[in-house]
Amino acid sequence: MRWLRRNIIGIIAVLVLVYLFVPIAVVAVLSFNQPEGKYNVTFNEFSVSAWQNICGVPGVCESFALSIQIGLLATVIATIFGTMIAFALVRYRFRGRDSTNLLIFLPMATPEVVLGSSLLALFLNITFPLGFWAVTIAHIMFIVSFIVVAVKARLQGMDPRLEEASRDLYASPRATFRYVTFPLVLPGILGAALLGFALSFDDFIITFFNAGTMVTFPVYIWGAAQRGIPVQVYALATLVFFLSLVLVLVVQGVNARRRRRLEAAVASS
Amino acid sequence: MPAIVPTTTAKTDAPAASSGSSQRRSRTAYLLLLPGLGWLGVFFVIPIATLFFTSLQAPVEGRSGVYQAAFQISNYAQALGDYWPQFVRSFIYAGLATVLALVIAYPLAYFIAFKAGRWRALMLVLVVAPFFASFLLRTYAWRTILADEGAITTALNALHLLPEDRILNTSIAVVLGLTYNFLPFMILPLYASLEKIDPRLIEASGDLYARPFTGFRKVVFPLSLPGVVAGTLLTFIPAAGDFINARLLGAPGDSMVGTAIQVNFLQFRDYPIASALSFILMAFILVVVFTYIRRAGTEDLV
Repeated sequence: MRWLRRNIIGIIAVLVLVYLFVPIAVVAVLSFNQPEGKYNVTFNEFSVSAWQNICGVPGVCESFALSIQIGLLATVIATIFGTMIAFALVRYRFRGRDSTNLLIFLPMATPEVVLGSSLLALFLNITFPLGFWAVTIAHIMFIVSFIVVAVKARLQGMDPRLEEASRDLYASPRATFRYVTFPLVLPGILGAALLGFALSFDDFIITFFNAGTMVTFPVYIWGAAQRGIPVQVYALATLVFFLSLVLVLVVQGVNARRRRRLEAAVASS
Repeated sequence: MPAIVPTTTAKTDAPAASSGSSQRRSRTAYLLLLPGLGWLGVFFVIPIATLFFTSLQAPVEGRSGVYQAAFQISNYAQALGDYWPQFVRSFIYAGLATVLALVIAYPLAYFIAFKAGRWRALMLVLVVAPFFASFLLRTYAWRTILADEGAITTALNALHLLPEDRILNTSIAVVLGLTYNFLPFMILPLYASLEKIDPRLIEASGDLYARPFTGFRKVVFPLSLPGVVAGTLLTFIPAAGDFINARLLGAPGDSMVGTAIQVNFLQFRDYPIASALSFILMAFILVVVFTYIRRAGTEDLV
């Protein structure tokens, strides 16, 4: 009883983490299912056929590849824009800082239906074609703010002594940026880009408004939900989940080691 | 080592530029801001303005789906008149989900901030990991978990706790889905503000004979309020605009305002009404956000 009382928060914390993963576990288990009817909802019979023939259903892999394409393009552009804004906010003094912060904050405080529908209203009024470019434009727009916030946090958390040391050693501002600042911020930028890609790849609401007849992976799932989602979709989603988790854990591990080494180097200098 | 480090450099935010080069430096800042803010101006601000103009357009006689510039304020009355139940439902569902998420998220955020030790980084990764699995599939998976013959529904039915004898295709399922989907948005800001609290303050409250719960109520919780504000907003906003959970988990009668916007835009092609609905939703959310931030006295959301 005393043990329970002392560890109650830990027990709840673990339960909440488990709760976060229950639906993902369901998706992973159902990817090995041979559904009885067309709906892959209850487990019927173990089968690896979806995994063996992951592109076996027409449209699944095409939509998957399209989502990756849009995600990469939108992430690269949004990461460049967002990193530039973050540097300006943290490293420079300028007039209009408050308005800039507000303009970064507002897209995050606006529901996705509003972002998606307002862009659609614009595209309809200027008769801009819906589809690949409309969706990519939309994704860059809604990802940029998240990139700014993530890179800004990294820049603010940086030890200013490292850049000072570089200046004290007569490095030019350009060399300081090239050899000290940028390498230190790079993991933050990569982390932000990863977040941006995840947001773009999985976005449904904004995409749905601006896709026209184009079918991205989430749009495919939405359409298939009415007539039964193919097991292949479950397999692909499971694959994406585990690959991303491994990638993030590796990046995290490398970062932690780099930070420890750097701190040790600073402490011993 | 500490002696040679000037203490003034501890603040990295907006370092003072030397007066001679400050003009040049602020020009660099504007060049850095230009592409990103330009993009937001063209594809966020202008669309919102377009949304407003579209919401006032009037149909062209005899051509369905075609509208012309007008000043038809009656669109707003019609949108609210036709869809006020969807608005009410959206705010009730999102409000309930936000409260539930706060209750569920707080213990986990507290544990990660104060007790996780070397597991902290891993636990934070696990909190965001659900984002790597498809939102739509995770939502759809709740159809399996909450199924009519499933363990949860059967158990609750045995206790006669369910008003409709089922969870799936009821408003309960929609609220549960919303709670689940936006939970990480509650956990992360809560953690961020709890993590800043000096654990010695909790010890001090214990030393002054405060019981653990009193210490929490009088010390920890008030200090975590910025996180509570940010978390509730980050959960409430997407939940209020969501139409995925209502569609995949609820009955047709559980439709939310997002559903109405989507259907009017993409199926009925009634752009003025859809735009009016969207604009009302945005205006309402912005009012909520700014009054809430002002009353809670925090500007640290960005």
